[in-house]
Amino acid sequence: MNFDFSDDQKLLQGTAREYLTEHAPLSVCRAVLESGSSYSESLWKGIGQLGWLGTSIPEAYGGQGFGRLEMAVLAEEVGRALAPIPFSSSMYLAAEALLQYGSEAQKKKYLPRLATGEAIGTFAHAERPGVQTPASLQTKFDGAAVSGTKVPVADGDVAHFAVLTAKGAKGVALVLADLAGVERTKVESIDPSRSLAALRFAGTPVEVLVGEEQGWAATENLLDRAAVLAAFEQIGGAERAFDLTREFCQGRYAFGKPIAGFQALKHRMADMYVELQLSRSNAYYGAWALSNDSEELRTAACGARVSACDTFELVSQEMIQMHGGVGYTWEYDCHLFYRRAKWTSAVLGTASQWRERLIQRLVA
Amino acid sequence: MDFNDTPEEAAFRAEARAWLEKNAEKLKPGETPPGLEERAQPDMVQRAQAWQAKKADGGWACITWPTEYGGRGATSIQSMIWNQEEAQYHTPPNIFAIGQGMLGPTIMAHGTDEQKKRYLRPMLRGEEIWCQLFSEPAAGSDLGGLRTTAVRDGDDWIINGQKIWTTGAQFCKWGMILTRTDPNAAKHSGITYFIVDMQAPGVEIRPIKQINGASAFNEVFFTDVRVPSKNLIGKINEGWRGAITTLMNERAAIGGGMAGGPGFADLVRLAKDTDWGDRPALEDAEVRQRLARFYVRLKGLQYTSYRTQTALSRGTTPGPESSIGKLVGAPLRQQIASFAMELQGASSAMTDARQAADEGVWQLLYLATPGLRLAGGTDEILRNIIAERILGLPAEVRVDKDVPFNKIPTGR
Repeated sequence: MNFDFSDDQKLLQGTAREYLTEHAPLSVCRAVLESGSSYSESLWKGIGQLGWLGTSIPEAYGGQGFGRLEMAVLAEEVGRALAPIPFSSSMYLAAEALLQYGSEAQKKKYLPRLATGEAIGTFAHAERPGVQTPASLQTKFDGAAVSGTKVPVADGDVAHFAVLTAKGAKGVALVLADLAGVERTKVESIDPSRSLAALRFAGTPVEVLVGEEQGWAATENLLDRAAVLAAFEQIGGAERAFDLTREFCQGRYAFGKPIAGFQALKHRMADMYVELQLSRSNAYYGAWALSNDSEELRTAACGARVSACDTFELVSQEMIQMHGGVGYTWEYDCHLFYRRAKWTSAVLGTASQWRERLIQRLVA
Repeated sequence: MDFNDTPEEAAFRAEARAWLEKNAEKLKPGETPPGLEERAQPDMVQRAQAWQAKKADGGWACITWPTEYGGRGATSIQSMIWNQEEAQYHTPPNIFAIGQGMLGPTIMAHGTDEQKKRYLRPMLRGEEIWCQLFSEPAAGSDLGGLRTTAVRDGDDWIINGQKIWTTGAQFCKWGMILTRTDPNAAKHSGITYFIVDMQAPGVEIRPIKQINGASAFNEVFFTDVRVPSKNLIGKINEGWRGAITTLMNERAAIGGGMAGGPGFADLVRLAKDTDWGDRPALEDAEVRQRLARFYVRLKGLQYTSYRTQTALSRGTTPGPESSIGKLVGAPLRQQIASFAMELQGASSAMTDARQAADEGVWQLLYLATPGLRLAGGTDEILRNIIAERILGLPAEVRVDKDVPFNKIPTGR
């Protein structure tokens, strides 16, 4: 039984943590959140130079040639730092879509620029509240171009190109659009350290990644793959929130002793510890399924996502509560986690939606 | 990241499997062994002893014990592999877990050579069954508050008092008992640990009826029970050390309590077969959400056990996440049982196997699970342990620390 990351992968994780501890303290997240600048260009450049953005891109396309397990440990550290960068959009979605479905020409065209960070990619799918289905999809595809509005699109205001879903006569296609010339409006985000935009496509020419027959299945697969990596980000963020909360409670005195000694808080801290462990285990299984291209990914991804969403949300709520009044101030960092938890719970579809997805796949 | 055995583990597994195939009946695919809720059968003890003897003869009893006591010095991962393999066969309930899992290791750690020679082999073979005499009406989570006394009388000790929740006392030959030998000392400093003959004069066993009607455990009354000094485990007034050893081994002994019984697949089938208005319950959105939550949590536990197994396979100590199994699993099973009954609607009130859905297994589970949240460390104590030992949060304020035992308040 070897249900763990390798020593090399753990080493990579340690190096990443060191780098982010130095270059991405929470003040970096806060700076983006407060300034409205969409992402930290210096941090993006920094990790680009380190090669993180090429982690799972083959060397032939300018990447490092590692795999999804290496991506998972990086994702956890990016999440731990609440790094305000379009890592998830560019890596778990855009790059992954090209790796899974791109033609040789498309891979050669886009992957090298994604690997350096010179290009930022994203994924545009949601259009309105609720669940997105082939039936409800409004964005149209006429075989060459797309028309319609996608909102909210993570990193939609800063991405250079987007992978998107659009409906043709025979079904939903997965296509790729250059965003130069596409009308984009930044929309207010629950977590301003992770930007959102509305993208209005009006006869925008696209390249096809997956045609109308298989496009929806490909979209589902892409979302599964992204969900696993996003789960690691969420767990990283949740653990950081937990660690900071524990530290706070041990230093905050009331009634003559640290509040960490009061059983009401001790027991809830124990409960959070339990949830973090369960989520980590579910994420690990997702990582195994992802890196082995297993059939199990269809359920493993759901488990990883549901678990990570619920846990990050719980911990971020408890963080504010256990800090007392100051937890509710702008000045304290609690709300950075509270916001990030909700943002990450939203953009790939919420836990309830993924629970339904899980049952459909389990009982079908 | 993979689920493969190492070559050595694979060889061991093959060996275990070969022996089991020859000596036991395999469960059919999808068939689960009866769980904790198994209705007591009259010949259970004999069947259990026969299976234990068979394993002992084959070299498969207490495999982690040193060879000098009849074990094979197996590692933790080998023990885990054996348990995984054995679980696939029809076997009687394990009534030896307390002795072999907790008390035997205590004797190995603190007992005299004479005690090890006398007691360990019969324990391993299942010839003598052991019970743990720790809890009392006034001392459960607060085990240190125990009051059963042992008073010296020549070369013997005279024990008076009462123990409670004693599993299996009714068929045990020996018990290991914690007694108060110095009421003037602080509570942990005046405790002595003995081996006691459950058939000695003055020992009275009364079954306790559980909420599910079964009587797996008992009250045990001690009236002037005479115990020779050679039955002392460790030193006089230092019994708490031995108790800690016993409790540290408890995890292994209690762990099997949640195996067996209906599982997630059974719950899904129930939802499919139960009408919910004009369609199966399985098509109801809320039902589906609840099922998904249960699934994710159950899988979280399963994958956490993989992480434990990985550590054991590497020969490293499993991380603290290994201790969450009972805290998560027991309430979860209670909620699953409750939900299964919800699906059944009014019919859930029936318990007769001939009338209730699924032969009443969910009702049985619902009545059994409160006990799992209490035995072997209550949910609340487990949370304290996680908070203090894993998270390093401040310990509970103990108003009875360093106070002479006989000065500690015990009631209003």
